Amino acid sequence: MQMNESVAAPAPVKRRRRSDNRAGLWLIAPALLVLAVVIGYPIVSAIVQSFNADRAFNPETGFFEDGGFAGFSNYMHWLLQDCGKGMNSCPPGTAGSQFWDAIGVTFLLTGITVALEVVLGFWIAIIMGRNLWGRGLLRASVLVPWAIPTAVTAKLWAFIFAPQGIVNAVTGLETQWTTGTWELLTAVIVADVWKTTPFVALLILAGLQMIPQDVYDAAKMDGATRWQQFTRVTLPLVKPALLVAVLFRLLDALRMYDLPAIMQGNTSGAATTMSMLVTATIREGDFANASALSTIVFLIIFACAFLMVKGLGANAVAQAQPDQRTVGGGKQKKLVAVDTSSTKAMVMPREGGK
Amino acid sequence: MTTTADSAPVKRRVRTGEGWGSYFSGGVIVLWCLLPFYWMMVVAFRDVSQTFNTTPWPTHLTLDNFVAALNTSGGNNLLRAVGNSLLVSAITTGIAVLLGVTVSYALARLNFKGKGFITGIILAASMFPGVALVTPLFQLFTDAGWIGTYQALIVPNISFALPLTIYTLTAFLHDLPWELEEAARVDGATRGQAFMKVILPLAAPAVFTTAILAFIATWNEYLLASQLSRPNVEPVTVAIARFAGDNPYIQPYAAIMAAGTIVTVPLVIMVLIFQRRIVAGLTAGGVKS
Repeated sequence: MQMNESVAAPAPVKRRRRSDNRAGLWLIAPALLVLAVVIGYPIVSAIVQSFNADRAFNPETGFFEDGGFAGFSNYMHWLLQDCGKGMNSCPPGTAGSQFWDAIGVTFLLTGITVALEVVLGFWIAIIMGRNLWGRGLLRASVLVPWAIPTAVTAKLWAFIFAPQGIVNAVTGLETQWTTGTWELLTAVIVADVWKTTPFVALLILAGLQMIPQDVYDAAKMDGATRWQQFTRVTLPLVKPALLVAVLFRLLDALRMYDLPAIMQGNTSGAATTMSMLVTATIREGDFANASALSTIVFLIIFACAFLMVKGLGANAVAQAQPDQRTVGGGKQKKLVAVDTSSTKAMVMPREGGK
Repeated sequence: MTTTADSAPVKRRVRTGEGWGSYFSGGVIVLWCLLPFYWMMVVAFRDVSQTFNTTPWPTHLTLDNFVAALNTSGGNNLLRAVGNSLLVSAITTGIAVLLGVTVSYALARLNFKGKGFITGIILAASMFPGVALVTPLFQLFTDAGWIGTYQALIVPNISFALPLTIYTLTAFLHDLPWELEEAARVDGATRGQAFMKVILPLAAPAVFTTAILAFIATWNEYLLASQLSRPNVEPVTVAIARFAGDNPYIQPYAAIMAAGTIVTVPLVIMVLIFQRRIVAGLTAGGVKS
């Protein structure tokens, strides 16, 4: 298997040239500058704002004045539900009181959708990888849900789950899918699984296609059953691609907004995710608290990414191809040695919509 | 040789498992992926009084829903929203590709100090949640009077389109036959000439694929646009999400399905035309081959 030079780890053959340093700087500087303006600057301004009180009307001077330094009070507002009168003082129904609910809803949605998408995605990838007649149709139709904008997907599934919609008509139920918390969560999960499983399946399929056929042949020759082939050959070898898919989906699901917000028609209803709480707070004009919440959400998502990368070995920065080797001898129980320490996959979320 | 082997000519299969089970599974997957999309079109072409009719094939055919979807009297303006989306997506994609090409070239080709660090920054940026930008940008754009302008949509879109472009393109450029550039240099071409005359033509398909992916990502963006736009500049995702009918308490589902069809069908056709490229682009960074 040929080794590609990786982006992160310089290939030993190539010498680092001085002209490379200068050229690299000039080629990269414009984009970095733009990223600093469109991401760096807003983030810094959000963090500054999160430690200040909102601009308020001062009756003594008759002007709107900056609120001044407010310490961690905006963070306490969310974490302790402190609306100025101590812990849990936020009245029910306000954004402040919904923080932990939103965290719970977000993690629940994330856990269920990612698990379903990985299992179904694996199944779809295996079927897509088979040499079926009509494989082109299969691969084309899988791209359709991926291509449809999430906003349209949300409206489409809201219609399918409407009180008089096709789901209730076919099942004979009279469920109000878009009002109750659990009903709505179910509808959102179905819509999300429909929309994003194809993406997971394509990533897993790409991983499956990198497994050389002779590894399976060797396994078969040694008498491995289909199940053993799957658990001992396919799973370990596809693990890098699988982890990348899980990481993409995890980061995407944690910021889920479009589907629940559009399907329930507002951002402060039964199923409020973290992202929806941010926009609900902005709409209340409460920018200091919204900034603190933005920062909290950002930290939560980064913490999850970090844990995922560190804990499960989805090596995000370094990238190389999975180093797959068949161990010689043929008669050994352990057919394939997978050097997981060097199975690195490059990571990048590439779906539309944040 | 076993005794059963000669009872029937054994057909050789490339891989095991192409039995009826696989075809059944494949059929289920195709139906699961296409049926909701099919249902949207059936309802879009069906008379509005029959919206909740469950006949699975097209009946009560009419174009009235499309007329309703394009009607501008009720505060909707779908065509304008399509134009807005095209404009915003095209400009965002253009900027992202222009800025991204040089970075990707540097990351894929050059060997400079701090390359790992830059890769890390791009990665962090590509994982960055857009929701963290909403609050500060809303305030900054309000102060600058930008809410309701196109730049208020283009600037935040660059925050995810640029990292996406850089990553996809870097993965693609890695696999180019860079020996050809060396060969051109040996033949006396400058680095710029070698890039323009040899590498760029070879990289064109990769750049094109990357541009498609960035365009689709921008076209589908909703969260930032829903907070930072006004009806005059809103993209099509926002227009469909807040599509209103005559009665504020009744969702105009038939017209929304028609609007969804108008927006989606060109996209689906484009995706199917460039199917192979898109799949290659989607998975280029995920696994290295």
